[in-house]
Amino acid sequence: MTDILKINDKTIPKFPKHVRFRHNKARDEWVVLAPERLVKLDPIAVEILQLVDGEREVKIIASLLSKKFNAPEETILVDIIEMLQNLSDKGFIEENG
Amino acid sequence: MDDVKEKKLKTASEHGIQAPLALLAELSHRCPLQCPYCSNPVQLEKKTGELTTDEWKSVVDQAVEMGMHQIHLSGGEPTVRHDLEDIVEHCTKQGLYTNLITSGVLLNPDRLRKLESLGLEHVQLSFQDTEKENADRIGGFKGGHEKKLEVAKWVRDVELPLTCNCVVHRQNIDNLENFIQMALDLDAERVEIAQVQYYGWALKNRAAFIPTPEQLDHATEIVEKARVDLKGKLVIDYVIPDYYAKHPKNCMGGWGRRFLNMNPKGDVLPCHAAETIPHLKFDNVREHSLKWIWENSEAFNLYRGTDWMPEPCKSCDRKEIDWGGCRCQAMALTGDAKNTDPACSISPLHSEIFSMAAEEARRAPPEFIYRRYGVRFNSPI
Repeated sequence: MTDILKINDKTIPKFPKHVRFRHNKARDEWVVLAPERLVKLDPIAVEILQLVDGEREVKIIASLLSKKFNAPEETILVDIIEMLQNLSDKGFIEENG
Repeated sequence: MDDVKEKKLKTASEHGIQAPLALLAELSHRCPLQCPYCSNPVQLEKKTGELTTDEWKSVVDQAVEMGMHQIHLSGGEPTVRHDLEDIVEHCTKQGLYTNLITSGVLLNPDRLRKLESLGLEHVQLSFQDTEKENADRIGGFKGGHEKKLEVAKWVRDVELPLTCNCVVHRQNIDNLENFIQMALDLDAERVEIAQVQYYGWALKNRAAFIPTPEQLDHATEIVEKARVDLKGKLVIDYVIPDYYAKHPKNCMGGWGRRFLNMNPKGDVLPCHAAETIPHLKFDNVREHSLKWIWENSEAFNLYRGTDWMPEPCKSCDRKEIDWGGCRCQAMALTGDAKNTDPACSISPLHSEIFSMAAEEARRAPPEFIYRRYGVRFNSPI
């Protein structure tokens, strides 16, 4: 049994085995799926979750997105941590390691 | 306006309703257990009427084409079907999130390993109690509880994610904390604590199951505390019996809005209890496509949206929140599926039904009527 995860810039986030981040072809949308759960995502969340691969640290994800969108890394980092923490509290994200 | 049937019913798209999110597939009504709160209809479907493997595969293809996200393979007991592996493989190949809802008692490690290798994503395993004698008595299956504990270990051995489905009621509610501890001990990701919902078999056994308001309040306190203590460790889903709620549940997220249910012979239902509404005519996947049924089936369109609602629903500001509650409950308890769900505190029948149930909860529980083929009943309840 794991302790409650607090996401920080060094966390390596990943999806737990029962959680799927998937593209639905017929609807052309990305969703997070878990038993009897469906999370619809805004475009920013999709960008973040596409970089969650169980290897990248949160700060690497922030840096990649900062370059892609030409936005300050610190602001992006805060947004990413908030979003991932929210998903983690609901059991949709865990830490690799 | 009084009779909705006289007007042409609006279809799904005319209601602005998109494709459903998930399909509950009752692969078979056969089951070794006999839980007296089973959600299957009182008239159980026999093996000979069940859809074939290819018919289920075609349903899966259609569900994916429509944009559905998830499939719940359920029953009865879905593992009674020897083609479960074929069906699972097809679901996962097509990209559906595939969930097996099972009593577990027919499973073995090899079969679980096989299902995992075919891409099954999640297992929901039912438990009747945490004390084995009582669990076996409720399920009507000797040795069931110990087998389930073993199955849970096998599920985790093959690294399949696990939810413990725990149905709670007055005859096991005192073990609520033990249920949560059991889920932790079994290394489950999630536990579903569902109070019995009173339709079909459960309604016939209501007096045996309904908790007192005090028992329910105590249970709710335990769940709320555990949710805080176990946040991030164990997901706890909790369903209360809506007899004791202020507002009715927004059953199925609204009739024909989000989900559909298929019974073993291919009838497409807005919910698993819909067959308790005698005037509903269901369409079958052997005659129509799933898409056509979702769009046009009278059984769906009859209670979609808000046009069908009588007072007090019609002028209620929650009508698009709880969608009038549950049609099956309205049918069972008031004799008319169009009536306001009596679970709602503003239903004219609420206090009468609430006090009847509360009274039942205070008396000694009667014997169970077990879920079996061919049970005959003298009275409707």
